[in-house]
Amino acid sequence: MADLRDLYQEVILEHSKAPRNYRELSGANQHAEGFNPLCGDHFTVYLNVEGGAIRDIGFQGSGCAISKASASMMTQAVKGKSKEEAQKLFSAFHKLVTAGEGNGDRADLGKLEAFSGVSEFPVRVKCATLAWHTLQAALEGKQDPVSTES
Amino acid sequence: MTTAAKLPPIEAASRANVANQGFDVAKIRRDFPILSRDVRGKKLVYLDNAATSQKPQAVIDAVKRYYEQENANIHRGVHFLSELATAEHDRARETIKNFINAESSREIIFVRGTTEAINLVAQTYGRTHVGAGDEVLITAMEHHSNIVPWQLLCEEKRAKLRVAPINDDGELVLQEYEKLLGPRTKMVAVPHVSNALGSVNPLAKIIELAHAKNIPVLVDGAQAVPHMKVDVRALDADFYAFSSHKMFGPLGIGILHGKAAFLEAMPPYQGGGDMISSVTFEKTTYNRLPFKFEAGTPDVGGAIGFGVAIEYLNRVGMDNIAEYEHELLAYAVRTISGVPGVKLIGTAKERAGVLSFVLEGVHPHDVGTILDQEGIAIRTGHHCAQPIMQRFGIPATARASFAFYNTKEEVDALAQGIQRVHEVFA
Repeated sequence: MADLRDLYQEVILEHSKAPRNYRELSGANQHAEGFNPLCGDHFTVYLNVEGGAIRDIGFQGSGCAISKASASMMTQAVKGKSKEEAQKLFSAFHKLVTAGEGNGDRADLGKLEAFSGVSEFPVRVKCATLAWHTLQAALEGKQDPVSTES
Repeated sequence: MTTAAKLPPIEAASRANVANQGFDVAKIRRDFPILSRDVRGKKLVYLDNAATSQKPQAVIDAVKRYYEQENANIHRGVHFLSELATAEHDRARETIKNFINAESSREIIFVRGTTEAINLVAQTYGRTHVGAGDEVLITAMEHHSNIVPWQLLCEEKRAKLRVAPINDDGELVLQEYEKLLGPRTKMVAVPHVSNALGSVNPLAKIIELAHAKNIPVLVDGAQAVPHMKVDVRALDADFYAFSSHKMFGPLGIGILHGKAAFLEAMPPYQGGGDMISSVTFEKTTYNRLPFKFEAGTPDVGGAIGFGVAIEYLNRVGMDNIAEYEHELLAYAVRTISGVPGVKLIGTAKERAGVLSFVLEGVHPHDVGTILDQEGIAIRTGHHCAQPIMQRFGIPATARASFAFYNTKEEVDALAQGIQRVHEVFA
């Protein structure tokens, strides 16, 4: 049986209660909205991108502990990274939350490995990846809100 | 919420004091095979009945027997099995007619469910009676299925969708509703019981006020029919829609009850086989009621299972069910509202079947996952009623919804499960 403590690790609970970079970024030059229409989660990710790198990042919105902590820890993980590095991190993160531990592509995940327990709870994968999909949309300059259901 | 306070002890005496004599919930539970299964190593506590209900053995057996022994298409065969299937299908319609005290089985239209029933009325009665500048009146407590079909109609006809407000307890504000019944109002559509809040609407009054201005009323009865005796003639509803799967019957089938005078005057919904008397390339004559609205081969096995579900409910007795559930819900309200951090959403005086709540500092989705680990099935989210969530300024709720096979012990398990949420989030 999956253990709740694998899902709700201390670092995740802590970030969900006190999310980092939880603000609308003044001077943001890119942003995107993301929805999970089935559970009502809704986040906006703000970016300041210069020279192909994420100089600053902020987010706002509402959602469950997993989605909020994931957004918070994502902002810490990608700040200062290039677009390509952020994209690579998302790929590794996506593998982590869908396949769990034991896949090779997780070299730079660092703290984000706390989300490995999500793979035991398939219905929560969307919660963990919502902010990342929103980040991706912001980086690509998409106008329409992204949805976990499309 | 950082500390998990202890629940008040639940007295064995209050737990033993279960409803009326002659209603034996332990015996009833044995009729529902799924209720004895384990989930994630725990005893299943199924509290998601407003989403769909579980099925008694009698229904499972009837559907199985149909496919093993009786399967044939209806209304066209001269052979034994077709006659048998037709007779069984007709009998199911008759059982359903009697259950809601409709005047005639001509008024009982088989559809896929409540959603299709409402779409049928919007697309037939609605399209022929609602025009530019007209209004359709609904309430602020609708399920999306009683919003979107009317929205589509209003967009097409350049009509206006008006919404009667609810108060902070989740009750319809009758005076405001009455004010909204205007000269351009061509249709009223209301839920009998709110799926997200459990509020029971004062239907008799709602219908009386609309009829005083010659406005027909459609009732979404999906959440009422499993919990209380419904008499469509006493209510004087013009249309009453409900689903089999929420009342212990198979999925994929439901009923539109409509007064014959309305149904006769309405154009067909879908064209095809069974809904015709004669077809030439120049002209088609439509079949009589109810077949005019039943194009194509119906879900015969589903209808038979539905009829058997209603026979089962008749044996248990809807009055017994209503009485037992009333006490169970009152117990649940007392018990769950006593858990620290819980806030109930929907506190109408008249309620049925549903207990919606939010937990301070914890998102409903997390509540749902943690309860699931305890084998407790609830629904979390917006319950296909996003405007209600907006009305209460919340993104979602956790919803426990009850049937007559649920017990006070299961309510206690829910309370303990919520304590477990506090422990995880402490």
